[in-house]
Amino acid sequence: MTTTGTSPHGLRADGPAVRVRGLVKRYGDRAVVDGLDLDVHPGEVFALLGPNGAGKTTTVEILEGLRRRDGGEVRVLGVDPAAGDRTWRARIGVVGQATGDGNALTVRETLDHFAVYHSRSAGADELIAAVGLTEAAGTRAARLSGGQRRRLEVALSMQGRPELLFLDEPTTGLDPVARRQFWAVLQRLREGGTTILLTTHYLDEAAHLADRVGVIDAGRLADVAPPEQMGGELRRRATVRWREGSGVRSVVTTEPDVVLRDLLTTGPRVALPDLTVTRPTLEEVYLQLVGAAPAEPAPEGVLR
Amino acid sequence: MTLTTPPADVRADTRPKPPGALPIGLARIGLELRLYLRDPGQVVFSFAYPVIMLLIFGSVFGGETTGPDVRFEDYFLAGIAATGIMLTSFQAVGIAIAEERERGDLARLQLLGAPPAAYVIGKAGQVVLTTAVQLALLLTVARLAYDVPLPADAGRWLTFGWVALLGVLAGTVLGIAVSPFVGSARAASAGITGFSVVLQFFSGVFFVFAELPPWMQQVAAVFPLKWLTQGMRSVLLPDQAAAGEVAGSWEHGRTALVLGAWVIIGVVVCVRTFRWRRGEG
Repeated sequence: MTTTGTSPHGLRADGPAVRVRGLVKRYGDRAVVDGLDLDVHPGEVFALLGPNGAGKTTTVEILEGLRRRDGGEVRVLGVDPAAGDRTWRARIGVVGQATGDGNALTVRETLDHFAVYHSRSAGADELIAAVGLTEAAGTRAARLSGGQRRRLEVALSMQGRPELLFLDEPTTGLDPVARRQFWAVLQRLREGGTTILLTTHYLDEAAHLADRVGVIDAGRLADVAPPEQMGGELRRRATVRWREGSGVRSVVTTEPDVVLRDLLTTGPRVALPDLTVTRPTLEEVYLQLVGAAPAEPAPEGVLR
Repeated sequence: MTLTTPPADVRADTRPKPPGALPIGLARIGLELRLYLRDPGQVVFSFAYPVIMLLIFGSVFGGETTGPDVRFEDYFLAGIAATGIMLTSFQAVGIAIAEERERGDLARLQLLGAPPAAYVIGKAGQVVLTTAVQLALLLTVARLAYDVPLPADAGRWLTFGWVALLGVLAGTVLGIAVSPFVGSARAASAGITGFSVVLQFFSGVFFVFAELPPWMQQVAAVFPLKWLTQGMRSVLLPDQAAAGEVAGSWEHGRTALVLGAWVIIGVVVCVRTFRWRRGEG
């Protein structure tokens, strides 16, 4: 599709699914979101990665039209969420943090009921199979495990066949097995062409699922890149270490091969004991980006 | 199995409008009833409590009379019927909404963009049906166990109908109206129940209204329960019992006015203050 015509909703067919410029949200004097820019392209999985209190949930809730913003420009599927009507809402799906506990309806009853809310619902069987709840279809939501309940939430959010799906910390509190099962569900959704914006504070999750990762820190995007390129310059910096006498010497460089050649060819040394060349792990890059260097542990208790 | 997003050409431009409040509201009546019946505490409390109260009052005061030849059990049946209506409407709705908010059910409706009117239709439908069953059960027990005479003519049944319906509507909208102010589910349960019990004492449910201190009567006259109770007496007691009322008559016009006013007040408060969840939005 090469047309760039504008739909009645103002969405250019080739425009971004989400476009944010200079977003600001204050609680009292404190700016929780402070000049955030963001683009999410149609069909991609974008992860907003950051520690608790970085502004992830606030940002996503503004995009979902649940919170008002104090400044900046926001377009979700070409529409300002603050003015989003039901037709717009039908085009997005949301798995929020607030919709957690289940009630006395079974999985199938829940999906059968909420089918009525959509003009074109996905079939209950299709949804149940897609989120891997076929065996639990007759179980009441209140008796599902945390992971199963989260997957039911995904089924509900996908029921109206949304173009864009928001997931706010979808695997927080899940055990490792349940997380893997959840990831598999998201991968199937992505294969179906749904654009996904998810927030997480798990680095491995962002690396595993996302086409691009935005690291959010203190209400701004510190970096946006595919997971394998995250950190840019930081990532390419290698540390060359060796022992010399009783101490350890190290050189930080973007060209470790040059450093090594120099070390080996110049000077009288014949041996370089304990020589290592290390590149920062994704985690170390992330910790540097969010201002918590690997040497010092991440501060505990940073709560909103 | 893969869920697919609709291709671009069937997106925004051709997406049909989402269903309106009525079809969703009707589906919600079924959902509300189902959830209600799966909550044994709710069912036992709202169906058994009025019957048990009737049995207690009947055993303690059975055979005594008040005013001009009115049996106590007949007098209290009216109060218990009115209390039952408040129980299944105001109390049940106020507490249920606090629970639904805590459970995230309301957040889901907000995310789906469900029309609030659909939610109200669901609640009102469930309350009307459960109240009808509760009143039928109560009147049957009263008839069989205490030989309480049921309304004999169509006029009385008509009065019974509009009094009960206005009471149910007022209770439902007021239950929704107080929900933003009652806090957690636990606090809602304690607060709403406590308020209801005090109101029952003030409104002539446990005592003969005309014998209460005047200030208590005046406070009670502001709230719907007193009028609901009086309206029920006008249906269940003989005509000459009207002389035992404070005003010396059943005051049907004023009853309709006060109950109707509370329905309107409740709707206005709901429209202005109802939120799917705490905080913004």
